[in-house]
Amino acid sequence: MTDNSQAVAMEGGGDTVWVEHEAFIDRIPRSVAMIFLFVAVVGLWDIVTRLGWVSAIILPTPAETLDDLIFVGANLSSGGYMLEALWTTTLTVFYGFVIALAIGFSLGVLVGETKFGERAVLPYLVAIDTMPKVAFAPLFIAWLGFDISSKVALAAFIATFPIVVATAAGLHAASENERMLFKSMGASRMQTLIRLKLLTGLPYIFTGLKIASVGVMAGAITGEFLGGGRGFGALIRQSASQLDTPRVFALILYLSLLGLALYFTVVWAERRFVFWNKSGRPGGVM
Amino acid sequence: MVEPQPIRSATITPPMRPVYEIERLSKTYARNRLVALDNVNLTINKGEFVSVIGSSGCGKSTLLKIMAGLMPPTTGRVVLEGRPVVGPRPDIGMMFQQATLLPWKTAVENIVLPIEIREGRGAAKQAYDKAMDLLELVGLKDFANVYPGELSGGMAQRVSICRMLVSDPAMLLLDEPFSALDELTRDFMNMELQRICLERGATAFLVTHSLAEAVIMSDRILVMKARPGQISEDVVVDLPRPRTLEMINTERFGELVGHIRDLLGKDAHE
Repeated sequence: MTDNSQAVAMEGGGDTVWVEHEAFIDRIPRSVAMIFLFVAVVGLWDIVTRLGWVSAIILPTPAETLDDLIFVGANLSSGGYMLEALWTTTLTVFYGFVIALAIGFSLGVLVGETKFGERAVLPYLVAIDTMPKVAFAPLFIAWLGFDISSKVALAAFIATFPIVVATAAGLHAASENERMLFKSMGASRMQTLIRLKLLTGLPYIFTGLKIASVGVMAGAITGEFLGGGRGFGALIRQSASQLDTPRVFALILYLSLLGLALYFTVVWAERRFVFWNKSGRPGGVM
Repeated sequence: MVEPQPIRSATITPPMRPVYEIERLSKTYARNRLVALDNVNLTINKGEFVSVIGSSGCGKSTLLKIMAGLMPPTTGRVVLEGRPVVGPRPDIGMMFQQATLLPWKTAVENIVLPIEIREGRGAAKQAYDKAMDLLELVGLKDFANVYPGELSGGMAQRVSICRMLVSDPAMLLLDEPFSALDELTRDFMNMELQRICLERGATAFLVTHSLAEAVIMSDRILVMKARPGQISEDVVVDLPRPRTLEMINTERFGELVGHIRDLLGKDAHE
């Protein structure tokens, strides 16, 4: 440890001062580190495109992308057709998420709490979950048409499974002793479910909701790619077919804001409702 | 080796009122035809502290669950305060290996949980004063509105003592309650538990793995042997009350521990 620390023995048998050194890279504040990485990546991107190593159709320059970001931003903030498209997609995502939550939570309780659900329902859910769910998109379009409802269905379909799995797992999270405690207090099955199992399982359920919030975005955009309509996904596909790559980049960036908003709504709700679980937060980011 | 005082088996019934009576109790698990308990007879008198000790799998957890009304016996009579035990009852208080406090409830809310479950939120609110008295009894008066996440292991177990006591149970069932704590805290908690039991004249039944804990805490120790689970001896602990940790150094303590160890060892080597 002599490389990383200094041992200074005071004269006359004084205190030993032992300073622990932290590596330089770990001492950089988060904001500086994030800006540094951003500048490095954009700089590299700029060099690569400026020197013509990559065709402009495949990768536009950062300046072109910025121009389009400003253009799309202006259209969005002035209430243009892009805002309408974004609103359509927002509605799709919102409805999809709410439906997935309702169905996923109910099925999760059925599977996690009842023997019937575990024995009869779960095998089918696992079977369906292993299918590539995007492949169902043509069916939803055939059933529900080209308007928003077929996209909502696909978004909800993709987002339901993580919620089912998380809810069922969460219901098993209460310990044997906690179940015995409730039993010894003469708690009914409903009391045990609501006051012990669901509350103990909340951190699991929120993890499922975070995965679902990512899935619901993917489902909505895929639905709009395949089924047309007036959402943001249709705009992206349109621009891509015109080889307007900077526009595609700009649209994706604005779309990511919608995904982030949904994700952080879930994170906020988790902090609000699972106030006691301080250690159970995922990663170091949030 | 000649012992100055013979170690007594509890054959003479002291002039006390029986609280918990078990007769000819047996439990056979139908699935694998395992005889967990075979012809167990046991009487616990008012104010007595009785421990059960035995190797893992000797059926002591099964016995505790049957006594708590969490599991039906196969045959036998299980009677608490003159009424047969046919399910969980408010006059039975339980403590587990972990404190099992609900993390989303404060200490005082956790204490009144049994009342909330049985009688609803209104009755639970009315029990707050009682919960505060209990917190004072265990020295945690200032922690009423603290969440379990901020309590140490020993403090959490003291809150769970309060939860066990809030419905004034006739019988306390303790399932290795301090086994998850470090040894110093455990000794301290055992002395606290003794003080509380003596103060309230509580009747208690303790399941433990620790010989020293069994001897220092109990009036009687039931030594169990496995396959089939039976009480092989009912040892009377004649150390005076209140017990102190210094008694661990007395000759009598050593004799009792040695005697029980012999009994358990005999079972293990057979």
